[in-house]
This record gives sequence, structure tokens and C-alpha cells, in this order.
Amino acid sequence: MAERDVLAGTDVDVVVVGAGPAGSCAAIELARAGRSVVLLERGPFPGSKNMYGGVVYPRILDELIPRWWEEAPVQRWVTRRSTMVLTPTQALTVDFRNTAWGAPPYNGATAYRPDFDHWLAGHAEAAGAQVLCSTTVIGLLRDGTGRVIGVRTDRPDGDLRAGLVIACDGVNSFVAKEAGLHGPADAANYTLGVKETLALPKEVIDERFGVRGREGVDIEILGGTGGVNGGGFVYTNLDTIAVGAVLKLPKLAAQGRRPEEIIAGLKAHPAIAPLVEGAELKEYSAHLIPEAGLSMMPKLTGDGLLVAGDAAAMCLAAGIWLEGVNFAMASGMYAGRAAIEALGRGDVSMVGLAGYERRLGETFVLKDHRKLRRAPQLVLSDRVQHLYPELITSVAERMFRVDNPDPKPGLRRIVASERKRLGIRRRDLARDGLDGLRSFG
Amino acid sequence: MTHIERDPAWPEVSFQDRMDTVRFDVHERAHIVVDGTKCEGCSTQHCVVACPANLFVPTSDGGIVFNYEQCFECGTCYLVCNVEGAISWTYPDGGHGVVFRRT
Repeated sequence: MAERDVLAGTDVDVVVVGAGPAGSCAAIELARAGRSVVLLERGPFPGSKNMYGGVVYPRILDELIPRWWEEAPVQRWVTRRSTMVLTPTQALTVDFRNTAWGAPPYNGATAYRPDFDHWLAGHAEAAGAQVLCSTTVIGLLRDGTGRVIGVRTDRPDGDLRAGLVIACDGVNSFVAKEAGLHGPADAANYTLGVKETLALPKEVIDERFGVRGREGVDIEILGGTGGVNGGGFVYTNLDTIAVGAVLKLPKLAAQGRRPEEIIAGLKAHPAIAPLVEGAELKEYSAHLIPEAGLSMMPKLTGDGLLVAGDAAAMCLAAGIWLEGVNFAMASGMYAGRAAIEALGRGDVSMVGLAGYERRLGETFVLKDHRKLRRAPQLVLSDRVQHLYPELITSVAERMFRVDNPDPKPGLRRIVASERKRLGIRRRDLARDGLDGLRSFG
Repeated sequence: MTHIERDPAWPEVSFQDRMDTVRFDVHERAHIVVDGTKCEGCSTQHCVVACPANLFVPTSDGGIVFNYEQCFECGTCYLVCNVEGAISWTYPDGGHGVVFRRT
């Protein structure tokens, strides 16, 4: 087929479904290459449906928006990263501070998604994409061979015919599901993220978290989620803090504790309470997270269709690395490039679109997911969730306790006795350690 | 040191006050429909616990009453549901439903 055959009878070269970070980056690439693009958003503005824990790692934007840091709507630059292990009365924190992350090109930033996504979609619009908000896609259009040739929207006369559709419609991706790219959904692959945005004066946040100016803190928490497998987080924005939990769905349902109770428990923990005390609830929010990484990824390509971002389960939930927006932006960008290539050749079949998966495989998007394919399961496993926090804190307690006249017992003896006390088998600990090394090493 | 008076009670906000912090542009069409009669035989009713907006309320006869208006559109309910066909789930019509805040 030639390009003109692919585009015969179409309204637009490409329809991108969803103006989140994946969709906007795809649209930026396409529009800059001179392609006509409609970027559909079901919310009243891009970002209005979007919520996350709170940290974005935008370096991939170097390729699209040079010096993005001069204009991105960032709350604070993360210069302190803490990993906290909690039991009901204890906390062990590894706290890393890096001044250089507070200056260009930066590392992580806290940002509100409605601000950030709106800003990024503005770049797509400036590049020439047509951003169409308040428009929900309700189905796919296909030709006789099954190739996707557009979308049906809920607007009057709402069919949009296109040479190619890029599905960036988020974690529930009805587009990718309708196209048959996802297997049956398994609740065990998902976590529910719930978050409270809490207002405090900026100077109070600076003081409590030990930061100045636009410096910010990212605290990731293991334990403290009330017996539900998952994790907690505390992030600083300029004059709010985000406190929340990520909860494995089947465990949440089975444990019988409601999400807001779990946040309340986290906020009441002696290590967290002094940080959040007196803060006023500004907004409560919730969103699903595709947690299981590579093992839950759908087929990424169909005839006339590419899938990117959370719709493709690109979120990386690997314990010490919790990323998603960067994977969305990158996969959207590569989808855009593959689409340009395929349209230019007049072949939008799966074969013609193979450049998408090739690009993902050559870059961090699939390289990180492949390397960390065991990590999500390990991090959410019962031992890591319910036994190791206590092992870690009780070992620390006995190391730091001065129990005179008894002499110091020594680390190896402490670990062995605490392991036995908690009923952790040596070979399980060894296997988890090896799994951890394979993933994180 | 900047000091914030500690309120010893520091009450948790009520669930309604919690939901009142969220903006919803409600559409007249219910985007999620729950067939409560199908829920009568469900022993787990996981939706009741897991829905972050607490929209699923068990009834005395073992069924479920559901209200779509303050829905986050997260998808938790249909994923944890054990009863085929109890929950019909779509997105709200364009421009409606939850709207998270910009600064």
C-alpha cells in the first residue's frame, strides 16, 4: 500500500486517545513531523483525570523540549530521597540528600498532574496538534480486515477516521482491550493509589522536612499499610504535602480495611505524624496503577494501532524505583516516531509498526522492565511486606540498644536469632536476597 | 521555630467532608450501573471495602446500593468484583465526572 491508500477517506492522519504524558508526547512528535493529529481527552482539560504519587523524572523531555525545566510547572525539585521501613512503633530510614539534584538538569520533581499534563499538552497544541477535550472514545472503527481505521467518540457525528490510532487512554485502556491486545484482567496485577493533598504553610514544610527554596523530599515507605500489601509515600509540594498509600487490590478487598483508614493509620505513625500534623485536607484522590510490569503488558502493536503509557502497563513499580510518567512520555514519543515511519512507508500493519517495539527494546523503557521483571512481585510478596520490615527494625534495635552489663551480641548472631524468632526460613531469605540482587544489582 | 498548635483531638475529617474536597461535574447518565440483585449471592462484596469513594453500600437483604456521582473512575470495583455482570462500567460522557484540581 502507498501512503495515499492508507490515508484515503480519513479525517486526520493520526488519532491519539488520551492527552496524558504518553499521548501528548506522541502528538508532539507527529505534529512536528507535519502530520495532522487529533489528541482526544475525555476530561474538560488535559490532566483533569490524572493523579499519581507525586514525583516525575522528566529527563526524557530533553529530546522534545530542551530546557524544559525553565517552564515545566514543577512544585519542588527532589533533593532528598528517603526510604523508610515501618513497624507500628519503629522506623528505619535511609535518607539520601543530593544538592546537585536541585539544579539543572535536575532529577526528580514533584508536580501536580493536572498542571504538568496540561502544560505538556500545550506543547502538542503549539506543534500543531488539535487537542479535543471533553470527548470520550466509545469504540474503535475497523475495516474488513480488522485493521483499526479510527475511533467512535461520544460527540454527535463523532466518528474520526484516521490512518492510525495511538491508544494512550490510561490504566483501564478500553481501546487496547477492545482491540484484543490485553489478556483477561487480573486484579492481582493492579494496586490502588489513594492520596491526600494536605495544606501547610511553605515555611512549615521547609522546616519539618529540612529543605529550602524549591528543594523537596520524596519519602517511600515499606510497612505502615495496615497488613495490606503495598507501600506508603510522603512527598512535598510547595505549600502542600502528598500523603498516600498504594494497595494491592485483592489484599485490600480481603483485609477489610478501607483505603482512607489505611492513610489515617499511616498519618498517625510516630515517624509520620510530626510531619503532617495540623495540615488541612485540600483534596482526596484515587487512581489505579498497573503494578506488575512486564508480566502484565499487553501486545503493544496491532494493525493500525499502537499502545503506550499506562494503557500498555508501562508503569515501573519496583520498590526503590517508582516511576511511570517518564515511561509514558518515552513510550508515547517512540510510538509517535514509529507512526511517522509507518505512514511514510504506507504500511500501518503490525509489521509496518514494528519500529515501535524496536525502539522500546533499545531504550530504558523495555530494558528497565526486563531487568526488573521480578521486582514488582518480590516487593509485594508477603515476606517483604509483613516479615522483613520487622526483621530489619528489630535487628537495628538490637544493634543500637546498649544492654549493659550484657556485651554487644554482634550482627550475625542478631540476624540469626531475629530470623528464627520471626519464623523466616534461611533458604527463603537467601532466595529473596538473590532475587533482589538479580533485580536491583 | 515555626510552630503549629497541636490539636490533641486532630479529628479525621468525615467521609463526606473528604469527598467534598473533590470536584465532580456530574452527568445525568450513570456511567456505572450495578445490578444489586446479582450481589445478593455474593459472600465477599469486595467492592464495599475497596472502593476509595465508598460508593457501594450493602443493604439489609444482602444486595448492594450504588451511587455513581462521586466516582473517581478508577476501575477498582470491576477488578475486585467476583460476580459476572454485576457491574457495568464505562467512562462518563466527555467533560463529566471527576476533575482533579490545578493549582
